[in-house]
Amino acid sequence: MFLMNNRRSMDVSQKESQHYRQMKRAGEHPNRKYTLRHLLLSLLMQISLWTYAENKQPAADVTVVSFEELQPLLQQKNDTVYVVNFWATWCAPCIKEIPSFEQLGEKYRDKRVKVLMVSLDIPKDLHSRLIPFVEKANMHNKVLLLNDPNSNHWIPLVDENWTGVIPATLIYGNGFRHFYQQEFTFEELDALIYPLL
Amino acid sequence: MKVFFILTLLIINVVGLKAQPIAIGSVAPDFSLKNYDGTTVSLSDYANEKGVMVIFSCNPCPIVKAYEDRMIALHHEFAPQGYPVVFINPNDAIQQPADAVDKIKERATEKNYPFPYLIDADQTVYPSYGATRTPELFLLKNEGDGRFTVAYTGTVDDNYQDASAVTVPFASNAIRALLAGNTPDPATTKAIGCGIKAKKIM
Repeated sequence: MFLMNNRRSMDVSQKESQHYRQMKRAGEHPNRKYTLRHLLLSLLMQISLWTYAENKQPAADVTVVSFEELQPLLQQKNDTVYVVNFWATWCAPCIKEIPSFEQLGEKYRDKRVKVLMVSLDIPKDLHSRLIPFVEKANMHNKVLLLNDPNSNHWIPLVDENWTGVIPATLIYGNGFRHFYQQEFTFEELDALIYPLL
Repeated sequence: MKVFFILTLLIINVVGLKAQPIAIGSVAPDFSLKNYDGTTVSLSDYANEKGVMVIFSCNPCPIVKAYEDRMIALHHEFAPQGYPVVFINPNDAIQQPADAVDKIKERATEKNYPFPYLIDADQTVYPSYGATRTPELFLLKNEGDGRFTVAYTGTVDDNYQDASAVTVPFASNAIRALLAGNTPDPATTKAIGCGIKAKKIM
């Protein structure tokens, strides 16, 4: 309407024209500035949320369990193959093989394979060491912290031949069960898992 | 090439990964190792003791750190009764620089170890005991005929996190059993520890 008005009043002075333009901004779209800022802000928030969701690893997702709580997870009877890795942030060879387990978890994400990373870190290091590590290593596999200081009790219940040395990995499911006191590459893990599916 | 690969795999499997502590009652392998202070210490040096608590240990392992004071206390309690402690560091210093000789010396001095802290530089002693981790304890009983036999293998007690929450002090109990003329029960325990860092061959 104002545009039409403007066109019709071509003879109006420059000053008036400016006045109209101002009125056009202030009068016709009183909320325009606000809406734009709002939109920009929400867009920014959206972007930051996306980045957050992409980079942020489930910090709160490190579950602290007792052995009694862990034990059922070592003998589930269904059609899934379970890969249970025992590790700790203080164990250098464990850290070295974490990308292999991540790659395995990624490859079989939609298949019936579940990778469980059982940390044997000292429980008081949960917030100072373990969670920062899980975030930094961008671990997508489920991480548990086993809090049970009497390892003499539960080591033989995981596997009677386990000396207590880590890394160690239990692979079971679909009629297969084996405990490995060794380090793994992705290829070695893949060669074990693939035939079980 | 293939044969070599399979052989290597076999060796790794037999020597490294499937290792278990030597059986209870078997003769403890002799050793003669350099101490951090430059002296040499042998198992036979302990001929006048009732036995020895040999502990494979290292510097950076958090489980060792958690147990360190308790292992020193073991020595203070039982050395006067004939069962001193001996630490052996089995780790390869190239694989784990924190276990280099100067670091071993530093640690022993800093913590004022009242016992030797020996260096298994050739990595021949820890495999002869079937040790796989640190800390790992081997309680040896002096048979009096120049031989020591293995009486207990395993860990210090049942709570590495909290000394005040220990319910069974396995190592002390084992020594007390020997002092009383009995057999330790349990004679073996298991524990989480830091894997021994072997030299890389290839």
